[in-house]
Amino acid sequence: MTGLADTPIYIVGAAETPLGKVPDQSEFSMVALAAREALSEAGLGFRDVDALFTNYMGEEGSVQLGEYLGIRPRYAESSDMGGASFEFFVHHAMLAVAAGRCDVALVGYASRQRSRRNRKRAADAMDGSLAAQFEAPFGIHFPIGHYALSAARYMHQYGITPEHLAEVAVAAREWARLNPKAWSRDPLSIDDVMASPLISDPLRKLDCCLVTDGGGAIVIARKDRARDAAKRPVRILGAGESHVQWHVAQCPDLTVTPGIVSGHEAFGMAGISPGDVDVFEPYDNFTHGVLLYLEDLGFCKKGEAGDFIAGGRLRPGGGLPSMTSGGGLSYCHPGALGILLLVEAVRQLRGEAGERQVPDAHIAVAHGTGGLAFSTASTVVLARD
Amino acid sequence: MTDAPSLSDLGIADPTTELFWKACLERRLIIQKCRSCASHQFYPRPFCLSCESDALEWVEAKGKGTVYSLTTVRIPVIEALEPPYVLALVELDEGPRLLTNIDDGPARIGDRVTLAWRERGGLPPLPIFRPAGS
Repeated sequence: MTGLADTPIYIVGAAETPLGKVPDQSEFSMVALAAREALSEAGLGFRDVDALFTNYMGEEGSVQLGEYLGIRPRYAESSDMGGASFEFFVHHAMLAVAAGRCDVALVGYASRQRSRRNRKRAADAMDGSLAAQFEAPFGIHFPIGHYALSAARYMHQYGITPEHLAEVAVAAREWARLNPKAWSRDPLSIDDVMASPLISDPLRKLDCCLVTDGGGAIVIARKDRARDAAKRPVRILGAGESHVQWHVAQCPDLTVTPGIVSGHEAFGMAGISPGDVDVFEPYDNFTHGVLLYLEDLGFCKKGEAGDFIAGGRLRPGGGLPSMTSGGGLSYCHPGALGILLLVEAVRQLRGEAGERQVPDAHIAVAHGTGGLAFSTASTVVLARD
Repeated sequence: MTDAPSLSDLGIADPTTELFWKACLERRLIIQKCRSCASHQFYPRPFCLSCESDALEWVEAKGKGTVYSLTTVRIPVIEALEPPYVLALVELDEGPRLLTNIDDGPARIGDRVTLAWRERGGLPPLPIFRPAGS
């Protein structure tokens, strides 16, 4: 018997919104620009879209975005899975298209959090929520405090060093130096990272991602729906998802992320193993996260990622090219990076990544995370046909 | 005559945590214990996370624990706390973990800590910890 997963489904278009600091657009107009570009790659227009996925744009969900774009979907979702929402959406859209519940799915997102300076440092106090009662009064930064507690435990338990973390930041920067659209392109050394100020021990400023404007759009459909595509469609081989905790005290083990489930599901569906991956696009919101994902997705054993990435394995020319856009650490982090991980993976598989192109890239993995101390995870395996 | 507002009405508690915060007013740390399987849990729920029994009762924690993780916060986050300060996850001897602060001295992961109380920002006294023996 063949399942829904055996119907080949493709990403047929992918585009960035304007990035960095965007003073002359709204979030909606940014999504419109990216969506139009992504649809035009597939030879499609807004009128062809019958499924819409977005989230995390403040109060605005698929209803508001659908109104703006003139789309009346027959399949819609605005689930909040944090920055990983877009990998979740690929999973759900793939199944919905395969089941015939929709034909052309648009996934879009944009944020102007740098221009608006609207990131909060703490959860709202005294609103009766569990976070207000049991987290906010103790002064936990939202989300750096949660991630710092995760990093401290991980380093303590497995002997991971600040230098191991710094290597992730340097690898991201090496890639960003090859990407004209990256926000931070100056040379960066391990010593530079180690000399940056501590924000919340053990995390230093350069262990933390950027705060920029940005976003993107991708289009998902069967291949025959994109007959007039100008760009090569990229096949979705597999996807998986999971989530664990919201409140950091409720996480049973801060050294394991829900990627251990999402990776297993996605790789199993795709029929691949970590050794088959040519390009890895991990959600590098904090440096130690990349180490945890490498372990949870099975690239190396638990506690061994620090040694695994030594010798520049993640850097340009390394054995596992990772964060090839420059990632959230050096390219762009618009509050939710997950959409841009997918855009970069598509570009690498199409062979259109310019100076940062990974030679002969056939299989790429976008691994998203979201929430507080790796609350959510979703993994998408993409392949060049 | 009208009733005084509950802690839930004030946004300090919710209806399921009213008893917890009232106990804090008396500087008592209470957590849930399952009468069926004897496991403890926090925050409170109407069922046991371990065995799904609904036979739960509030018990007073002994106030001893071990540091599971900690971080020194070096940027301002809330008005009531001047950085740097220590934010920690403390695992109570009964099992549940609490997000809390550690005052009065250096602490590391694995250290033993003891319950203390701090008044802060118009809230009931908050359960925080200090190094055991300090």
